[in-house]
Amino acid sequence: MAGIAKRENTAFSDENLTGRTQKLYFSATEEENYTYYGNVDVDFNKRTSIDCTDLEARELNQKIRDAMNKGYGTVVIKNPGAKHSLGVGILNKLNVIFEGSLGYFGVGCIDGPTVRIKGRVGWSCAENMMAGKVLVENNAGSCFGAALRGGDLIVKGNAGARTGIDMKGGTILIGGNAGAFTGFMMQRGRIIVCGDVSANMGDSMYDGMIFVGGDVKSLGSDCVEGEMNEYEIRWLEQKLNNAEISSKTPVSKFKKFVSGKKLWNYDNLEPSERKGILG
Amino acid sequence: MCGIAGVINRKKTVNVGEQMRLMLQGLKHRGPDSTGYAMYGTPKKKGFVMRFKISENEAEKVNAVVDSPEQLKDRKSQVDAIMKKHGAKITKQSSSTPYAFRYEFDFKGDLTDLATEVETVEKAEILSIGKGLELIKDLGDATTVADQYGLGKFMGTHGIGHTRMATESDVDIKSAHPYWAFPFEDVSVVHNGQLTNYWGNRRVLERKGYRFNSNCDSEIIAVYIADKMANGIELEKAMHDSLDELDGVFTYVVATKDQLGMAKDYMAAKPMVIYESKDIVACASEEVAIRNIFPHEIKTYDPYEAEVKVWQV
Repeated sequence: MAGIAKRENTAFSDENLTGRTQKLYFSATEEENYTYYGNVDVDFNKRTSIDCTDLEARELNQKIRDAMNKGYGTVVIKNPGAKHSLGVGILNKLNVIFEGSLGYFGVGCIDGPTVRIKGRVGWSCAENMMAGKVLVENNAGSCFGAALRGGDLIVKGNAGARTGIDMKGGTILIGGNAGAFTGFMMQRGRIIVCGDVSANMGDSMYDGMIFVGGDVKSLGSDCVEGEMNEYEIRWLEQKLNNAEISSKTPVSKFKKFVSGKKLWNYDNLEPSERKGILG
Repeated sequence: MCGIAGVINRKKTVNVGEQMRLMLQGLKHRGPDSTGYAMYGTPKKKGFVMRFKISENEAEKVNAVVDSPEQLKDRKSQVDAIMKKHGAKITKQSSSTPYAFRYEFDFKGDLTDLATEVETVEKAEILSIGKGLELIKDLGDATTVADQYGLGKFMGTHGIGHTRMATESDVDIKSAHPYWAFPFEDVSVVHNGQLTNYWGNRRVLERKGYRFNSNCDSEIIAVYIADKMANGIELEKAMHDSLDELDGVFTYVVATKDQLGMAKDYMAAKPMVIYESKDIVACASEEVAIRNIFPHEIKTYDPYEAEVKVWQV
């Protein structure tokens, strides 16, 4: 909080912002600093459903937004039919249930909602998620949780190649197996795989942790096995419980993998944190 | 970014033309340049079906050389003469466009000799020869091509198809997929990806005497599989070998008279979704394509890297 107090004293509110998006969406008034843009109050007990059969991705996403603005807290989407880019860009607390499979880029760029997908997801599900919880009941495609920033991303079945590529935070939990290059270039965050992992796991990882219950086919460049501590075992147990995943391997037998720190010299502070430390 | 799809119906003959059209129409956004079908009807007991073209679709614009009707007629009669010379008896012929033909013929000699000589005619290219295989490719989306060639009622067991976004070579029929594995009857390939050791492999295969019609990197997969099969190697083994011998990122689907197979490279860089049930196996670049033939919820999965799968009719 010290950071915010400090900003009030600086010339922050006089800052002249340029660029189209900045001008449209951001004004440096005090209220805007404490609330999220476009945040609305929703009642989780108010429930509505949308049939996606004849809808394009854009129309469905607009309908979800409309329902949210009307105060509906639970939105059920029927017949998603594996279409691409469904449920993207929800920046609010919301309970979303997809009664079927999603195509590519499902629920990407979200910040806050709780999503349950009663089917499978294609490539790049929940990419760039900031916060919230996404649970996939079936399998997931490649690039699952690409560039994830926060929140819990859960798949009960198997995930494809490059799971958690470039992730910068949050947790990915996989009930089954994961494909090649899992955790490729990950920078932060944690991946938990209850089953086996294919070749080149954790290749070129900067930081973060990968927990594996099964076998690892091979480790990628600069990925090394680390030591689990008591706290991590407790954390794993809790996380898997919350995610409704029952692992065949007992949590105490999981292995932990981290970066060997030989490839990269990475400053793992967020820009705002760095500013705080440097004064 | 091309779209590939394949479907195989086990032990029964259905309207596979319509199944493929629906799947490929669902992949239109992955490649709007051209669409190709390789479909397998009930195998003929006697004789072969040949699909060939003697010119390009004029709609290609950039490289279009418009041939006059006289030129086309002349080339067709040259093809007929060559077939006659080799002792092939044409029993039925039809055409949907001025430049693409379908012949049914009885033949007992060497298919390689016949096919090689037919292709000496200017601009002639044999799209396919087989007992069941019929290969159709043209510019436009899946419905355009299917309507043009009357594929809406093609009865058969299995088929593969491709929607192309040209990245490595021209937008024309000769660079469109699927590719027939010249001169092997009933073998065809569709591919999504890029092959990086194309020229090296092409030189090796050309020295062995194989023909290349286009500069499209995908053609090499068909020729490569054909070469392996010529040496008596099983399809599945040949596909496993290809993972090590072809470089690049690729997912491809191969079909023979009674098999459908898919292979994915070591990087798993190109997508593929598979649905398997007792009666039918469908695979496509995106699930949305498979869902065009199954409107209800189905259980699908992605194959992993370096995976090869082969299904029987």
